[in-house]
Amino acid sequence: MEYFLQQLINGLTLGSIYGLIAIGYTMVYGIIGMINFAHGDIFMVGAFIALIAITALGFVASTGIGLIILALMLVLVISMLFAAVYGWTVERLAYRPLRGSFRLAPLITAIGMSIALQNYVQIAQGARVKPLQPIITGGYTITETMTENGLFAVQLSNIQILIIVTTVILMTLFSLLIAKTSLGRSQRACEQDRKMAALLGVNVDRTISLTFVVGAALAAVAGLMFLLYYGVIDFYIGFVAGVKAFTAAVLGGIGSLPGAMLGGLLIGLIETFWSGYFTVEYKDVAAFSILAIVLIFMPSGLLGKPEVEKV
Amino acid sequence: MASWSENPILKVEHLTMRFGGLVAIDDLSFDVGRGDITALIGPNGAGKTTVFNCITGFYKPTEGRLKLRHHDGDTFLLERMPDFKIARHAKVARTFQNIRLFGGMTVLENLMVAQHNPLMHASAFSFAGIFSLPRFRNAEAKAVERATYWLEHVNLIDRADDPASDLPYGAQRRLEIARAMCTGPELLCLDEPAAGLNPRESAELNKLLRYIGANHETSILLIEHDMSVVMEISDHVVVLDYGEKISDGNPEKVKNDPAVIAAYLGVDDEEVETVEQEVGV
Repeated sequence: MEYFLQQLINGLTLGSIYGLIAIGYTMVYGIIGMINFAHGDIFMVGAFIALIAITALGFVASTGIGLIILALMLVLVISMLFAAVYGWTVERLAYRPLRGSFRLAPLITAIGMSIALQNYVQIAQGARVKPLQPIITGGYTITETMTENGLFAVQLSNIQILIIVTTVILMTLFSLLIAKTSLGRSQRACEQDRKMAALLGVNVDRTISLTFVVGAALAAVAGLMFLLYYGVIDFYIGFVAGVKAFTAAVLGGIGSLPGAMLGGLLIGLIETFWSGYFTVEYKDVAAFSILAIVLIFMPSGLLGKPEVEKV
Repeated sequence: MASWSENPILKVEHLTMRFGGLVAIDDLSFDVGRGDITALIGPNGAGKTTVFNCITGFYKPTEGRLKLRHHDGDTFLLERMPDFKIARHAKVARTFQNIRLFGGMTVLENLMVAQHNPLMHASAFSFAGIFSLPRFRNAEAKAVERATYWLEHVNLIDRADDPASDLPYGAQRRLEIARAMCTGPELLCLDEPAAGLNPRESAELNKLLRYIGANHETSILLIEHDMSVVMEISDHVVVLDYGEKISDGNPEKVKNDPAVIAAYLGVDDEEVETVEQEVGV
């Protein structure tokens, strides 16, 4: 039971990171029907910008806790801003000129942008992994039990709390944005009928740009969390995390925002539980097998709407 | 000089639209009078919807000019503007032959999307909206008020929070007009608003259009096949056939124009009298 609880905590943490990235995939798919393969790399760029900002600010674990939180907020804002600029630029340069072209064209440029961003960071930052000294340390021991192998303690670390709380706050704000504001409404309108939205005076190009900007900002948050949690990043993290987050979006039902959040959590949980109870080596196989099985029985994902064709 | 040419809201001048070798509209000129209900009629394939598509920026005309003048004197050349700017600045709204509501959104949300621009402005790109700042709340309240006004006039106030796709067909048609009116248009283009309506709904529609014409600074241009609607409500009728204007005038004049009868019956002008005698018109 204690072991289960520990895996649950770890899974929720990982799932939060995947969920934050998955939102970017699902939003872009919803509004323009393309898979933005460069999104995972925006996440990676976000992590690097966070690392640069942390290094520049030069704070370490010994700094007071209040100051750390303040500094991390600043880092968060900086990396969200920069990643948003990256997201906007990618859309403006690589996708907008191809809008209205055949469906595969933006897909190919997306892959191109993904490779371009990876190589750019590889050259600019070097190919080696970048370590970061743990900044947020400590945590709580929830329960302790004696087992035949010794003491087993269920740990909830401060960084896990930070990740889960930040994710919950951001997802709430983001859901409010989509449900209650005029940007959210026009985004949903563009999803359903872009031409009609334009005829009602909605600037569709700008709405799409803002979708990329918001998605990139959320990915940057995930990047910072990843950096703080694992303490190492390299130019390649965007690929693996991107594929997982994309899987999460498909699992939850691509185009559905609650679906992306749910899918992210599920992929995170499946991975950790599989690693915890079976073998670490096969965790990706497990996650993708479950995806395949779900899609066989629910082709539009867990929360996706099936497309009904009227005749 | 006919009354609609004295102070037209829209002057269509030498409009031509070619698709490759196909000439959909050929050198078409007509005026849409301010405050009038103008009907654009003609047999299937005459190019009526193409005219609408040119006016609302779906198509860029091959040749010609579309000059729109607001009641405050601002002038716009529609053929040079992208579609969302035509809606936003030139204040032209339109509906389609097939219903294009945002089905997954509620009735009220559909009307709120139409008021996107003032809201977007007030909410500083929505960031004020997330935190419900007063400035945004006021703008939002105003938008809801306007939406409510139109929902009352199309008898949909009880359904405000239902998904638009759950409404019956006739109600969806009315909602589309309400949504178009929420953009505060100077010119409202309706593409077959009465299509598929039963006689009672059709009569309600006539009443709504007359109400709009009488109480708002909105001129109406409509495409319609239902002649009872056209003849009853329009001040001015323009008839197209094969992309050319064949008749232009008040309903009475157009109804008795041999060229129009010929186009609808599918015969040459000279044969009209024979055909008329045969069918006993």
